[in-house]
Amino acid sequence: MSDQSTQSSEDGDFEGYGGRYVPEVMEEPLDRLAEAFEGIARTPEFHAEFRDLLEEYAGRPTSITYAGNLSEAYGADIYLKREDLLHGGAHKINNCLGQALLADKAGKERLIAETGAGQHGVATAMVGALFDLDTEIYMGKKDADRQRMNVFRMRLMGAEVNEVTDGGSGLADAVDAALEDFAHNVEDTHYLVGSVVGPDPFPRMVREFQSVIGEEARRQFEARTGGLPDAAVACVGGGSNAIGLFHAFRDDPVAFYGAEGGGEGADSARHAAPLAKGRDEVIHGMRTRVIDEDVEVHSVSAGLDYPGVGPEHAMFRAVGRCEYRGVDDNAALAAFRDLSEQEGIIPALESAHGVALAKDLAAEGEHDSILVNLSGRGDKDVEQVARMFDL
Amino acid sequence: MSRIPEAFEGGPAFVPYLAVGDPDYESSKQYVEALARGGADVIELGLPFSEPIAEGPTIQGAVVRSLSGGMTPERFFEFVAELDVDVPLVCMTYYNLIYRYGGSEARRASEASGEAASEEADRPRAFVERAKEVGIDGFVVPDLPAEEADPLREACDEFDLDLVFIVAPTTQGERLERIMSQVSGYVYVQARLGVTGARDDVSGQTDESLGRLSQWDVPKAVGFGIKTGEQAERIVRGGADGIIVGSALVDIVAEGAADGEDAEVVADRLEAKARELKTGAMRGAGVETEEEDDGQEVPNPERT
Repeated sequence: MSDQSTQSSEDGDFEGYGGRYVPEVMEEPLDRLAEAFEGIARTPEFHAEFRDLLEEYAGRPTSITYAGNLSEAYGADIYLKREDLLHGGAHKINNCLGQALLADKAGKERLIAETGAGQHGVATAMVGALFDLDTEIYMGKKDADRQRMNVFRMRLMGAEVNEVTDGGSGLADAVDAALEDFAHNVEDTHYLVGSVVGPDPFPRMVREFQSVIGEEARRQFEARTGGLPDAAVACVGGGSNAIGLFHAFRDDPVAFYGAEGGGEGADSARHAAPLAKGRDEVIHGMRTRVIDEDVEVHSVSAGLDYPGVGPEHAMFRAVGRCEYRGVDDNAALAAFRDLSEQEGIIPALESAHGVALAKDLAAEGEHDSILVNLSGRGDKDVEQVARMFDL
Repeated sequence: MSRIPEAFEGGPAFVPYLAVGDPDYESSKQYVEALARGGADVIELGLPFSEPIAEGPTIQGAVVRSLSGGMTPERFFEFVAELDVDVPLVCMTYYNLIYRYGGSEARRASEASGEAASEEADRPRAFVERAKEVGIDGFVVPDLPAEEADPLREACDEFDLDLVFIVAPTTQGERLERIMSQVSGYVYVQARLGVTGARDDVSGQTDESLGRLSQWDVPKAVGFGIKTGEQAERIVRGGADGIIVGSALVDIVAEGAADGEDAEVVADRLEAKARELKTGAMRGAGVETEEEDDGQEVPNPERT
């Protein structure tokens, strides 16, 4: 492990990835956000309030579950970090509580967010209601159509849902629309970015609010087994649940694996696996890895259906700290079924990618114990999967 | 030195913007040439990028029309090479396209020669070199902050091109200093917060921005929200060395496209609008021009 891979960026520079590629008009508000983050969010008072919210509102700590049946079937010890048990059904609430608390303290009156599968939008709608902030969610029309339930949930909690029909009507287009809104309304609006993506300070701020996942998991795993897992696995769309899990283990001899949306295969023309196969570009305010130009962004899971990835992951790949693989749609669907049948846990399709990768790792035999971040529950996907499985 | 500084010498400069290829390649060429006839001193040519995060709906519409007509960086360069205009041309685009162009060039070159791909710092060079070849005089890259601009600045220096930066009403202190140390050609003074788009009012933030910039010699061109000759006049009277107009012109192109009008008709309308804006700017500098009566002559004394 190189020294560089373990350093945590304080200026948003991840070995040349990251940065802040935004119009000049956004610089000052991002500076102010960075200052608020470094000032307010680092105080003991903020930490205490954040911790209370995580416990009392979100339902932390979440357990780790030894998946005995699955372990037997796959041939390695599989442990699940149960972020699916959180309020809202996914890890997204961690970040949303942190950012909403910060926005509230910084005097913002309005929250905006982009969402892919709708999980981040739902979590934003929750904190918008909790903190009594006006909330507007941008969601690609394609995603809104395949995740109607989440659209209804957001509206129930008082958020305005704006279905974006520009471009491919997907997550990337929702990000563009949200950035445009932000550029218009920088004075009173906080852009609650949902993953470790975008211009500085978002990647490092979201990492900090999600790192509770790994901190808890590390303590729990040690208490349960007396040691650390051989490998930690998480799905990677933007990559916040993965960074959240990895951060506490960054200096440990724990191998990291990221499961990207492999779509029809990372060598095909339809995937969402820029780390497995892509190139360096500048997109959505950051320098990072992006899928090739002739590839259509696609994953069976809306939450992984994103052409780029968080810059810290691009760095982890470059320095060899984490191995990223594209898990194709079929493998993810098989794992979705495995976990449902073997353990009675229905995972989010995103998280099923991590389970599928754990299955491959178990078969390869290099790691005896594998900790998988089960980033969300699969209720939102049941309708889609029922059609595919002809249930 | 590029031709841009000269364009600001003969009085207030009128700097129009159009997205290249909007609504199609051939019409777009007529439109750009019409702007030159209407008195443009510098023309900003937009190379459309699929994720234009600094633009309002008007210019996003232009970007969509142009991209769906097949616009690419290579087509853009062909377009510029074929243009028949005699004013400096500034390429306005997003950093991704400049960065990516270098990547693909470098990859092709390294595949051919077997050498390692070019260094990160050389990435913008291929784009700048090609732009110089076809007759581009400078760049505006709205999403490239001064902090990340060294590689592009170096490439521009190598090929003698200007690099224009945008200064927002909120740009102050160290960041303003850094931008002003990198800028050349002119500084693009963003008249107000938000994204591009034609507005009815002219913001008071402009005066403050111009005041902050007065210690620097580089010409100050004010943009964002200008759509009439009267606004142009007021802004020049307030101390601007030039005015930048985009959305008000793109609106004319969009209406023409929506109504299926002939390109000639739309081009005439653009030329008339350009003349109105240029004349307004001249009035602001205390230069009265005859053509206000008959609306025919180009209000550009240094050219007659």
